[in-house]
Order: sequence, then C-alpha cells, then structure tokens
Amino acid sequence: MNSLIFRTVAPFLTAVMLAFSIFVLLRGHNEPGGGFIGGLIAASALAIYGMALGPDVARKALRVHPLVIAAAGLLIAILSGMMSLAYDVPFLTGLWAEFNMGRDVLTLSTPMLFDFGVYLVVVGAVASMVLGLEDNEEESP
Amino acid sequence: MQSLPTPPGQWLVLLPVLIPLAGAALLLLLRQMKLLQLPLAVLIAAVTALCDFVLVMRVAESGPQAMTMGNWLPPFGIAFTVDALGAGFAFAAALVVTIVLLPLGADAPDRARRDGLYPQVLLLLAGVSGAFVTGDLFNLYVWFEVMLIASFGLLALGRQPMQLDGTVKYGFPNFMATSIFLLALGLLYGLMGTLNMADLIGASARADKAALAAIAALLLVGFGMKAAGFPLNTWLAASYHTPPPAIAALLAALLTKVGAYALIRSLAMVLPDARVMLEPALAVVAVATLTLGPLAAIAETGLRRLIGFLLIGGIGAMLAGLALGTEQGLAGAASYGIHAMLALGALYVIAGLVEKLTGAGDTRAMGGLLAMSPLIAMVFGLALFAVAGVPPLSGFWPKFLLVTAGIDRWLATGDMTALALWLAVLLNALLSLIAVARLFAHVAWRAAPLPGFAPQGPRQVMLTSREERMVLWPAALLVMGLVGLGLWPEPIMGFGMATAKALLDPAAYIAATQLAGGSP
Repeated sequence: MNSLIFRTVAPFLTAVMLAFSIFVLLRGHNEPGGGFIGGLIAASALAIYGMALGPDVARKALRVHPLVIAAAGLLIAILSGMMSLAYDVPFLTGLWAEFNMGRDVLTLSTPMLFDFGVYLVVVGAVASMVLGLEDNEEESP
Repeated sequence: MQSLPTPPGQWLVLLPVLIPLAGAALLLLLRQMKLLQLPLAVLIAAVTALCDFVLVMRVAESGPQAMTMGNWLPPFGIAFTVDALGAGFAFAAALVVTIVLLPLGADAPDRARRDGLYPQVLLLLAGVSGAFVTGDLFNLYVWFEVMLIASFGLLALGRQPMQLDGTVKYGFPNFMATSIFLLALGLLYGLMGTLNMADLIGASARADKAALAAIAALLLVGFGMKAAGFPLNTWLAASYHTPPPAIAALLAALLTKVGAYALIRSLAMVLPDARVMLEPALAVVAVATLTLGPLAAIAETGLRRLIGFLLIGGIGAMLAGLALGTEQGLAGAASYGIHAMLALGALYVIAGLVEKLTGAGDTRAMGGLLAMSPLIAMVFGLALFAVAGVPPLSGFWPKFLLVTAGIDRWLATGDMTALALWLAVLLNALLSLIAVARLFAHVAWRAAPLPGFAPQGPRQVMLTSREERMVLWPAALLVMGLVGLGLWPEPIMGFGMATAKALLDPAAYIAATQLAGGSP
C-alpha cells in the first residue's frame, strides 16, 4: 500500500478506530456492542496501521506480542469469573459495585471485566493472525 | 436465583477446565522464558490430574457433582455435571497429558516451541476436560471446537509439507463432523427446547420418536466420525502418522476417546430410546470397525500407520459396548476407553523410539530391535500386546466384559445382533493378536530388514541419557500402568461397572444438576 495519502491518514484512522472500539466495548452491556465487536474494530485498526506502515512497525507500536495480549485477556476473563468464589456463588455470577460520583452513579461489574477480557483476546488473536498474513517474508523476526 | 450458597468445594467441578485454560494463558504470557515452559506445563497438567483424581473420589463417595455457570437456573444456564464416566475419563486424559509432555519436550524443535507448543497442549487438555465434565450439549460443541483448534495447531506445528497434508485430511472431516453435530443440536433444540443433558433425559421420553431417531442418527454420524468408526475413519490413518510421535500419542490418546465418550453419553444416557432404534446401525458400524481395523493393521507396513489401525479396532470395541447397551456392555466400553488412552499414549511414544533406533518408518526395513535394546523391545512388546488385549495386560479385562455382555444378552434374548457383536469382539481379539505378533516378530525378532529394504534414515545406535530420561521412562511408566491394571483390574472394572449403572439409571445425575441451580 505505497500511497502517500493512505500512509498519512492511517495513524489518525487507527487512533479514531481504537477510541471507537473502547466506546463500543463500554456501551455493550445494554446496547449493541461489547467485547467481541469492540475487539474486532481494534484489530482492524491495527491491521490498517500494519497495511500502511508495514507489519513490523505495527508490532513495534504494540510493544508486546499480540498473543501475549490475548493471553492476558483470557486470564482477566477467568479472574472475573473467579471473583464469585469469594461470595459463595457459582462461577461467572455477575457481581456489581456502585460508586456515588456526585450527580451520577458509576456501576462497575464483573460482566464488564469479562467483556474487557474478551476484547483483549479478540484484539490479540485477530491482530496476530492479520499481522502474520501481512508478512511478506516466510519468516517473521 | 439460587438461595443456597455454593460451597468452595463445588468449584472442583470447574478446575479440570480452568487450570489448563489459565495455564495456557500463563505460558503464553511467559513465552520469553523458554526454560520455564516445559516444567510449568508438566506442573499444570499434573495439578489438573490431581484435581481430577480428587473429583473421581468425590463422585465415587457422594455421587455426581454439578455447578451452573452464572447462577442462571438450568436448563437456561450452562451446567457442568460430573459423574463417574466424565471424572474417570478426565483423570485418565490429564494423566496421559502429564506423562506425554516429557517426550514431547524432549524432541520438540525450537520452532515448534516458539509457535506455542505447550500452550496448545494445555488448550487441548482444557477442551478434552471440558467435553468430559460438561452437562450441556451445546457446551460440548464448544469444547469440541476448542479441541479441534488445538489439535489442528499441534498437527501443523512442524510445518513440514507432509504434516500440512495430514492436517488438511484431519481437519476437513472433523470440521464436517462438528458441523453435523451442530446441525443435530439445532434440530434437538427445536424439538425439545433444551440442550441440558439432565433436562433432555426427561424430555426425550415424551418426544416424537421419529424426529428423535433422525437427530440421534445425525449425532451418530458426527460423533462416529470423531471417534473414527467405520466408514468415516480414513482421516485417522491419513493424518496420525504425520506429526512427531509424541504429538501423535496425545491426539491418539485423547481425541477419538472424546468422540466415543460423546456417543456413549448422548445415546446411552441422554437419548436411550434412540439408541435402541439405532441399534442395528450401531452394530453394523461396530462389527465393521472391530474387524476392518486389525485387518488393515495386518496389511499395513508403516509402523505408525499400523498403530493407527490398531487404535481404530479399539474404537470398535467401545462401539460394540454401546451397541450392546447392557450394563456389562457399557462397563466394557467405558473401561476400554481408560485402557486405550494409556495404551495408545504409550505405544506412539515408543514407536518414535523404535523408529529412531531402526532408522526406518516402514516395518519391512526394520529388524533386530531385541538385539539393539532388549529394554525398548520389551516395553514395545508389552504395549503392543496390551492394545491387542492379551491377558494379563489391561486390554484384556474390558474385552472380557464385552464378550460376557454379548453372550449373556444372546442367551437371555436370542438376539442375533448380540451374537454378531460377540463374534466380532472375539474375531477382533484374534486379528489384533495376529497383527501385533507379526509386527513384534518383524521389528524385534527378525535379525535384519527384508532384502531390498534398507533403512532410509540414519540409525541411532544408542539413546542419549536425555532421551532415556524424557522419552523411554515416561513411556515405560505408562506401560507399567497397563501391566498394573492388568494384574489388578479392580479399579478399572469397578469404574466400568459404576459408570454403566449411573448411565442406565441417571436419577442421581438429574438430581445433581437440578440441585446446582435450585429446584425447577
């Protein structure tokens, strides 16, 4: 993708898509969205970045291997389910905490944490596949 | 919502899945620490096996255990329900993975390790354990997929052209099988409105018999293909000899047994009426698998392909038990599953050693193993004869149960199906014996390869001490287990009988599932 326009726009596009993916992740509890779709959007952002500037630059920008992100997500998802152990309820039972923030009430929950884990698993796994496909050489460093 | 608190001990039901799953994630996180990977993987698999063992004891003591995810009442939530069959199979699977991880670590190329060898093995274990402990048919499908992805990766890891060829031949029919399984689940849900196994047992008694038979036939095709029952077993012979021996050992020990387990679970326990209707088909499949497996093994000359055919013959024994459907028959099928996991795991690993020492993959180019290493020849021979079911090794007792089950049912009812199955089990024993005796004579006793067949590869005169420690001793440990279970069959026979009783009278299973989610 050796086009000046694409290479100039790609970083901005990536940033906007990543921000949007977080938005989709967070609104997912009661409205369309969620960790899976958010993760796909984030992974496509990384794919665009890789297409424009090369998969190696995208890997460097990530700092860690995509599969590590996926593994961390899996652990977060499992831990969010394990929290119910402390409350004598079965695995994955939703637990809610409400914080009073002046006018608004901030609600945090284990389903949200689980969704965040799903988000990371999808980002990591899909980015790893897409960046692998974008590699031209047979061997990646 | 459920009012009773869930005691922490109940979490034991989940641990066989959670530990390897979290372990796989942990190993991926620590992917830079190459030296830590193998010990950690072995530790995680061993802890899983320990949890499974405690679970087996608990189930034996106080009946099936269950937990419903997210506190959603069954049949809406997904329940894990563990009875004797699931716990026993999960324990055997985790044990085999723990032991086979050592030979796997010994000769894995660096590249395979970097491509995530150990996380994939643990992911495979998580999938297999999940399939054994779940109490929900759709969830079973999910674990089948997890297993499929992991096994797909393991088969392709070396990236040799032959391995990719094997992976495609393995992958395509298995994707087909899971799709057919999913199709059956859709129909079943449309018919019954539930996929919870305990719930289905009650609902299936009232359902339309014709529709049920069609769904059960689809399940038979899907699971039968996974289990490598005739005629849908060609993928096994075409793929299991392509990966390194230790990976083949893992796949051979675990995957087909999950297919056979799913058949037993769904037809013998969940849809017993459909099993009766499908009995003629099951019997034909069982007889064909029982006889054609060892016949092909006699004709085959590739060592690891040959073992694949022996494995298929064993699957026939499990199918025969299911086709008989009596308590003894199911007991034979269940105990054969445990025996087959240990035996096939050992046999593929030793076959790898035999290939190294003789420098060949073709039995015609092999010979003189007994002179080269009497110890390996003995371990190899014991594993082979255990697979063939020669007393006093472990393969004998499950087949003994099957033979008695067949003759008892024939004498009691005069049913020709039972007679045919009885004859087929006996014929299978005879043919397997011929196959393994010929193989052992050729590989170990014959002084040199057949004229005109020179070993293609370099011959390794002696095993290095690392190979002895990491490959030979783990395999010998498994073989000692086979000898031990043959001499003291009480655990495996007791397990089989308890399992069959629970399958034929699932009241305790249903009660456990309901309890986990409160009263319906």
